This record gives sequence, structure tokens and C-alpha cells, in this order.
Amino acid sequence: MKITPGGVVAAEWTKFSSLRSTWITTGISVFLLIAFGMIASASFSGDNLTSIDLALSGSALAALSVGVLGALLGAGEYTTGMIRATLATVPRRLPVLWSKSLVAGSAAFVTMTAGAFAAFVAGSAVLNAEIGALDLGDDGVLRALLGAGLYLGLVAVLGVALGMLVRSSAGAIAILAGLLLIVPGLAALLPDSISEAITPYLPSNAGSAVMTLTHSDATLAPWTGLAVFAGYVVVTLAATAYRLKTTDA
Amino acid sequence: MIQIREVTKRYGAKTVVDRLSFTAKPGQVTGFLGPNGAGKSTTMRMVVGLDAPSSGDVLVNGKPYASSKAPLREIGVLLEAKAAHPGRTAVSHLLSLARTHGIPRSRVDEVLGLAGLSAVAHKRVGAFSLGMGQRLGIAAALLGDPAVVMLDEPVNGLDPEGVLWVRKLLTGLAAEGRTVMLSSHLMSEVSLIADHLVIVGRGRLLADTTVADFVAAEGVRVVTPAPDALRTTIAGPGVTVTSTGAEELLVAGASARVIGLAAAARGIPLFELTPQNASLEEAFMDLTRDAVEYEASR
Ligand SMILES: Nc1ncnc2c1ncn2[C@@H]1O[C@H](COP(=O)(O)OP(=O)(O)OP(=O)(O)O)[C@@H](O)[C@H]1O
Ligand SMILES: [Mg+2]
Repeated sequence: MKITPGGVVAAEWTKFSSLRSTWITTGISVFLLIAFGMIASASFSGDNLTSIDLALSGSALAALSVGVLGALLGAGEYTTGMIRATLATVPRRLPVLWSKSLVAGSAAFVTMTAGAFAAFVAGSAVLNAEIGALDLGDDGVLRALLGAGLYLGLVAVLGVALGMLVRSSAGAIAILAGLLLIVPGLAALLPDSISEAITPYLPSNAGSAVMTLTHSDATLAPWTGLAVFAGYVVVTLAATAYRLKTTDA
Repeated sequence: MIQIREVTKRYGAKTVVDRLSFTAKPGQVTGFLGPNGAGKSTTMRMVVGLDAPSSGDVLVNGKPYASSKAPLREIGVLLEAKAAHPGRTAVSHLLSLARTHGIPRSRVDEVLGLAGLSAVAHKRVGAFSLGMGQRLGIAAALLGDPAVVMLDEPVNGLDPEGVLWVRKLLTGLAAEGRTVMLSSHLMSEVSLIADHLVIVGRGRLLADTTVADFVAAEGVRVVTPAPDALRTTIAGPGVTVTSTGAEELLVAGASARVIGLAAAARGIPLFELTPQNASLEEAFMDLTRDAVEYEASR
């Protein structure tokens, strides 16, 4: 009997799967992804829109929902006092952060990838006549769908990190919503030259690059965008790890 | 074994634990006593590394707790504040701790049974009463079959049956050679189970002693129809006799046995021969009087 990395991951999975909120937020995220994908596919059209963009139009809301899932999981340790039992059991502390991130990230990746494929299939079935249908075999389609799963998985990790960093559910959710939804709006208010330079690098814009087939000067290349987003996640995780390791629980 | 060595803890400008040193040894129950705010819970959090000492160090079984390969085997703790997610069932809560160490599900069921929680194993912790929460905390402390068990006010909120259970459990664990430490404000409660007493006030060590030594004998009360004859009979170096009534004496410095034998040798009748103990609670209050931080105004 001893503490092992696999054991800590198994424990975090037990924590994750034994909360009702986990199943509810995951269900909502998948629902948002599919429902918005179908509605947009059936009704929207435009010059630069492909059927992938339409099928994944629920991704912004799903990101928020999946981020909330992570934030509740991370901050919940502190708001409920569970963190004392957790850290007394795993006194080296950092394995808890890594395992919680891994569990939330993988679960979100798996469910959101499945959701993205479902949204694409269902969206294609109801696609309006203005938009050309795409096939899974077409250039970039698989990458975009898998990318959506990866992006949303990373958003869940970001939520966990923010939750354990600020130790409050409301605070973490506010920061998350601010990063994903409000910051792009604020950037648009800046002078054009600055705004154009930074907009592609903002978290949600960088992350979305992997989910679209149309790229321009205003967007990063697919995997570059995802890598930039992963960079934000890594920086947040590092800050969380530092606070976790150095402050009293 | 728990070794607290010159530990100081400050929160901002406030020193909550002040160069505290003591050792809780295997095979005995150590009672950790002190008035509200004395620093007991803070000290216990430092033992398991939840709070870091400002200076000094704490060893669990001879090494820093965080370096242990199987922390749940070293020490099981019940902390003062709630440490469970209200949305999980008792089983899921314990499983989420057990899995870190690869402890099997059967052990989870076993400790739930020990704590009398089998019937509510699948209830959410949020619906538990104070006493049930306390039992769950004790069950968690026992999960890893630890060499050290450290409980912060374990009988808080328990019914009489629960209090009795904790007493038996702790003395049993100590008899198996484990280190047992529990905190309390109640001397009377601790004196029933503890062998060793550590008393703190305002973060400082006030006494590190045994229950037997702490309750110093105040003397022997003797009732006799011939107090003057008895006085001369037992007079001697170190013996002081005070008269507390027409036929009553309080003798300090001689045991009841010595007094009884001396009286018998002279044919002095005795109606009463009673060793007087200071009440535990009184002795405790005397000791901590100057260290009480939060006192009701009179
Ligand atoms: N995290 C913290 N930040 C600031 N002060 C704290 C913190 N934790 C405890 N204290 C203070 O430290 C002092 C000691 O608290 P502690 O809980 O250790 O006492 P205690 O002996 O357990 O008291 P009680 O018998 O009431 O449980 C108190 O004055 C408390 O206000
Ligand atoms: Mg306390």
C-alpha cells in the first residue's frame, strides 16, 4: 500500500464521477454543441462560412460550460473544505493538480470530440441549401472536429487551474468568462493597429483557429492557434502549482 | 510518534504557536489541551503539512510527513473543520481518499462499519448530522490502518454511545502500540482516556506531564474524636497538619496509609480517612488562567 501516480488519478476520477454537477455540466455542454450546430446548419449562410463552422457554432458556449465544469471541480475542493482531506492524503500536493487536470481534460476531450462529430453529422443532415456539404474525408474536416475536442479539453483544464488558483467558484467562473468572452470584445475597442496585432492571440480566438477551415491574416494557423491556447493553460497551471505548493491549505 | 520541535506559527503579526515542543509516543494516548484559540488545531494542521510552520519542524514517525511514500499508513487525522464535499456519498468520499493509496473497497466498507455508518454509506455527506460527520471523519482517519491517529476534538457532537465508542477505540489503538493524540478543552474527558497530557495556552507549552502527576494530591482529610493526640502522633519533618473543624484535620506530607497505621498503633479511632484530590478541571483552570484569550465577561 503506497501512494502512486495512477492511484492519485484514480482518486481524482472517483471525485469527478461521484458529483452530480459533473454529469449535468457535461450533458449541457454536449447538448449546446449539438443543438447550436443543428440550428446554425439549418438556418445560417454567408460568404466565408463552411458547414464545419456552422456545425461547431456551439463551441463558444460549450467552452464556457466545460470551463465551468473544471472551475467547479477545482474551486469545490476549497469551498467545501475537501482540500484538507485531499492534501493530508497527498501531502506532496502537486500530483493532485496534475491528476485533476488530466481527469477533467480527458473527460472533456472524449465527450466533446464525440459531441463535435455528432454536431457535424446532425448538422449535415439538416444543412441549408446555400452551404456546400462537406464530408469527413474532406481537407481539414477531421482536424477541425478533433481540434474542437482538444480545445474544449484544454478549456476544462484551464477551468480546473483557475478554480484552484482563486479558490472560489464564482471568482473562477468570472475570470473564465472574462477571458473567453469579454476580452475579445475589449480588444476590438483598441486602436486598429494594436487590435489587429493582438486579436489572433487572444485565448478564445487562438483556440478557435483549429476548428475552422477558413484562415486569413486575422487568424492563426490551426495548430499554432491551439498551441498558443495551450500556452495560456500552461501558464495558468504554473501559477496554480506555485500557489498550491507555497500557501497554507 | 509525533515530534513537535520548537515550532512557531505566525499569521501576520499574530503568533499563534510559540516555540512549542513535545512528543506524542507510541503505545499511549496523548491528550492535547488548552483553552479556545490556544493553537491546538493549528498545531495539528502543521503535523500533516496543511499549514507550514514559520519556524521549527514536525516529524511523523521520525520523518517529515510530506516525504512519506504512504502517508495514510503513517497517520490518520480528523481535523476540526469539515473536510468532505457535501455532494458526495460517504462511500465515494472515502473511496476518493483510499484510491490514492490503492486501498481496496473492502477496507472502505470496513471502516464505515467500524464507525457505525454502514446504513448511511450511500447517503450524501451534506445530509449528515454533526455527529455523523464526525464519525465519517474518524472512519477516514482509520482508512490506512495508520501507526499514528490524531483527532481534533473527536467527541464534539457525538451522542453518549459515540463518546463511549471513541474512548474504547482510542484506548484500543494505543494498546496495539499506536500513537494516539487527541485534543479537547475538557480535562474531565481527556483524563478518562489519556496517559500523557500536553497543555497549551496562547500557543505556549504550559505543561507536559502525566494525568497522575497533574492531579497532585492536596492532602488527606482525617476525622477523629482525638485530633490533638493524632497531631502529636504523626508530627514529623515535611508533615503539616491543619485543623479544618472540631474533629477534622487536613494532613499534607503523609499518605493515608501512614496516618492510618500510626493511629492504629496508638489506638486512636478514625471515622474518616480520605485522600483529597484537586479537581482536574480546577487544576486545569488554575494552570491556564493567565492564558485564556477569549473569556466571558463577568
Ligand atoms: N488561517 C488563519 N489565519 C489567521 N489566524 C488564524 C488562522 N487559523 C487560526 N488562526 C488563529 O490562531 C489562533 C489559534 O487557533 P486554533 O484554531 O489553532 O486554536 P484551538 O486551540 O484549536 O482553539 P479551539 O479550542 O477553539 O478549537 C486563533 O486565535 C485563531 O484566530
Ligand atoms: Mg481547535
